Order: sequence, then C-alpha cells, then structure tokens
Amino acid sequence: MKPKRDVGIVGYGAYVPRYRIKASEIARVWGGAEEGMPIEEKAVPGLDEDTITMSVEAARNAMARAQINAQVLRAVWVGSESHPYAVKPSSTVVAEALGASGATLAADWQFACKAGTEAMQAAIALVGSEMADYALAIGMDTAQGRPHDALEYTAGAGGAAYVMGPAENALAVLEGSYSYVTDTPDFFRRTHQYYPEHGNRFTGEPAYFAHTLQATRNFMERMNFTPRDFQWAIFHQPNAKFPLQASAQLGFTRDQIVPGLLVNRIGNTYAGASLIGMTNVLDNAKPGDRILLVSFGSGAGSDVFSYVVTDKIVERRDLAKRTAWYLARRELIDYALYARFRNKLVMN
Amino acid sequence: MAENLAPNWRLREQRYQLVGNVCLKCGAKHFPPRQVCTECRGAEFEPFPFSGNGELYSFTTLRQAPSGFEDFAPYAVGMIKLDEGPLVEAMLTDVNQDDLEIGMRMEMVTRKIRAEGERGLLIYGYKFRPSGD
Repeated sequence: MKPKRDVGIVGYGAYVPRYRIKASEIARVWGGAEEGMPIEEKAVPGLDEDTITMSVEAARNAMARAQINAQVLRAVWVGSESHPYAVKPSSTVVAEALGASGATLAADWQFACKAGTEAMQAAIALVGSEMADYALAIGMDTAQGRPHDALEYTAGAGGAAYVMGPAENALAVLEGSYSYVTDTPDFFRRTHQYYPEHGNRFTGEPAYFAHTLQATRNFMERMNFTPRDFQWAIFHQPNAKFPLQASAQLGFTRDQIVPGLLVNRIGNTYAGASLIGMTNVLDNAKPGDRILLVSFGSGAGSDVFSYVVTDKIVERRDLAKRTAWYLARRELIDYALYARFRNKLVMN
Repeated sequence: MAENLAPNWRLREQRYQLVGNVCLKCGAKHFPPRQVCTECRGAEFEPFPFSGNGELYSFTTLRQAPSGFEDFAPYAVGMIKLDEGPLVEAMLTDVNQDDLEIGMRMEMVTRKIRAEGERGLLIYGYKFRPSGD
C-alpha cells in the first residue's frame, strides 16, 4: 500500500519506565529454572504510570522532534491493550496534554500487539489522502501477565509515538506498507478479565511466524525488495527467540536486527514493541538508510512498513531524549516491589 | 453517580500543560493562574504555558498521606522554582529520595495523581522529576 501523497515520519519519541525486574527474580519466586529465560529483564511501570501517562511523554518527545504546533495535529490515536479505562478514551487525555484538543480526531485502537502500527497505517492514510497534514500514532502498553504464567516473565511496559506528516518535512519517508490478518485465536483477554489467556505453543507457528513471515514475504515481493536492500529491520519481539528466528528465516542477518531488538532489556511492550525498536534504530540511523518495520498482533495479523531515512534526522533527533536515555535509567526491583507496583497484593 | 467531575475538568489545562497566566499590566507570571496580580494588583491576564523546567527549591517526605494518596506513601513532595519565576508545589517522581538535592534541575511530567476510588475518575496532573541536566 502506498498513499497518493508522499508521507513520512516527521517526529518520533520513546518511553520506558525506570523500574526493571529480572526474569531470574520471577523464576526465584515461582521455582522456575534458572537457565533458558525468554529475556534478561523487563520494564515495570511505577505506581503513578499507565498507558496514558507513558503515551503523553512519548508524544511530547515526538512533538519536540516534529517541530510543529500541536494544533495542526488532526488525529491523536493510541494503540494499546492496557487502556486505563474500559470506556473513555486515553487519546483525549493525550491530546489535551499536548495542547492538541479541539479540531482533531482522537481514538483508542485495539489489536493486541499491533494496535500501534494499525494506528500508524491509519495515520499514513489520513495524511496521504490529504484529509490532514499531521497525525499522531502511538503504541504503548503496561502489559499484563498472570502471576506464575509464562507471560509474567516477558510482559513489560513502554512504547513509542510517531507524528506522521508530509514527506517533505519527514525524518524518514514511507516507501510502502502492507497488512496481513486472519482469525487466529492465539492470545486474547475477555471483557472484565484482568489477565490474558494464550495458547502456549499455538502462539508460535500458526500465529507469530505464519503472519510475520507471510506479511513480510508478500510485501518484499510486491516492492521487489530483498533483505540486502535494508540496513535495519525491526520485528515484533514477544521474546528474544521469535524475532531472531523469523528474521533469519527471511534472510536477514543478526547485525540488521540487533539495534531494534530491545526485548531483552525491557520485555515485551506489546503494542509498543516494534515501534520502540524502531525509535532506537532511528536514533542511530544515517540518512539514506532503509528500514523494515514488522509488527505482529495476536488475533492475528502483521503490518509491514519500509522507510528511508532523510537528512533531516541529523538536526532533529537530539531535540528530545533518545531511546538509550530511557534504557539507561534503570532501577532494579525485587518481586515484592513488583507485586506492589503492579497491584498484585491483596490488602486484607 | 460519579463525583468531582466538573472541578477536575476545569483544572485540566493547568494540570496537564502547566498553563498559568501572565499579568498584562506588569508582566508577572503566575502559577496557578490568579485573578488578581500579587505584584501590581492588576486584573487582566493572558494564559501562559510554562516550560516545566526549573530547580528544586525545597523538598520533604510525606509518610502520613492524605486521603486518596495512601497507595503512594511514603512519597516526596517539593517546591520547584520554575525558570519563568513562580514556585510550584508538586509531588516528585522517578527519583530515590536519598538522591534529592536542593538546586537540582527538575522537569515536569504528566502522571497519575490519584483515583476517585475503584469506580471513579482517574486524575492526571503534573509531577516533577530530576531532568538529568
């Protein structure tokens, strides 16, 4: 897919909370094996953080790099599976905090881990159709993992925000995008349920691998790309193993993947996972670099994008905190503090 | 029926964006916004969005938290001297209390302030954290 009007990323911003818990600490509590952890450690939101507050900070970083007035945004879209309200948009709070409220669209998106890239696809379409000049797409999560469940080791917190706008003002110009979805029930959370259910190994081959591989292959074929055409590639990262395995099957090298692979340090940030991998790549990319971005969301589907970095990134990427700043501020906590921060204590 | 909706809604600009006001007579900047200027007694103002940058003027730790804030206790509160002039009182976040120092550079962040019980409104607003500058 490609819009008639050329579109790109005008601003981007990351956010990761400062707290971390090691996977080995979770294993200690539940008597798990000390080796073979899916990740090293994951980010944990503080008591005063949620998807709204984290979206606000990432969006402020994106707006600082975009160098535009918030009143020209015509959409504020937040993709997440951990919106603080069941009914009441996160996006209106974010819009108000940015000074973008009033003449703008605002909505919350839901598609498990690809809610953020779904919002990005829509923002591209809104700008590409000339209905708007600028639109904000956010993928952010404070992911839930049931205590003693495999997901508890990886369900992290963080994400990223992207201001999409005309290519002539972009830090990275979109070459094309693609989406591939089927009804595949690998992971879900029913209404009023606090924790999601998942299909263990069913989340792998028929879900993550089938959709990311098919979407990427279809996109590359339509765009006439090979893995060697890309300097960098970011894949959705529910753990460290899946993105490395999928990218290798497609012919990408480890060097192309590593800068966008943050899961070992912050966990699976769900709707934010591929998008924050992309911010770390943009923080370090050179003008002319081509970047492949591949998301995956359970349920299931995958979005694929190709961007080419422009000269403008050099002067604008240091107008806000880099992803590395958030990765470096790290306060290690134990399971007791984690249980308090994640509201897992029964107070009686 | 949900309570305290209108009072919280009226404060959204100052809480989310740190919008105060500036006196059109003498140029003094105020936060929170005032109806009478404390410098010249002027009564005409324009909204003024503060940058959110400043330095820590004083701080303490709250161990006996007021109603609605119990879950956060103990927590630090501080007075921040904004770069534009006013002193703002706020909760501090993202910092170990032993690391706080008078004069350190601070920046405004938007955080959850409290919840109106299990079913009520979530209240968001400004807190301050060390900016690392």
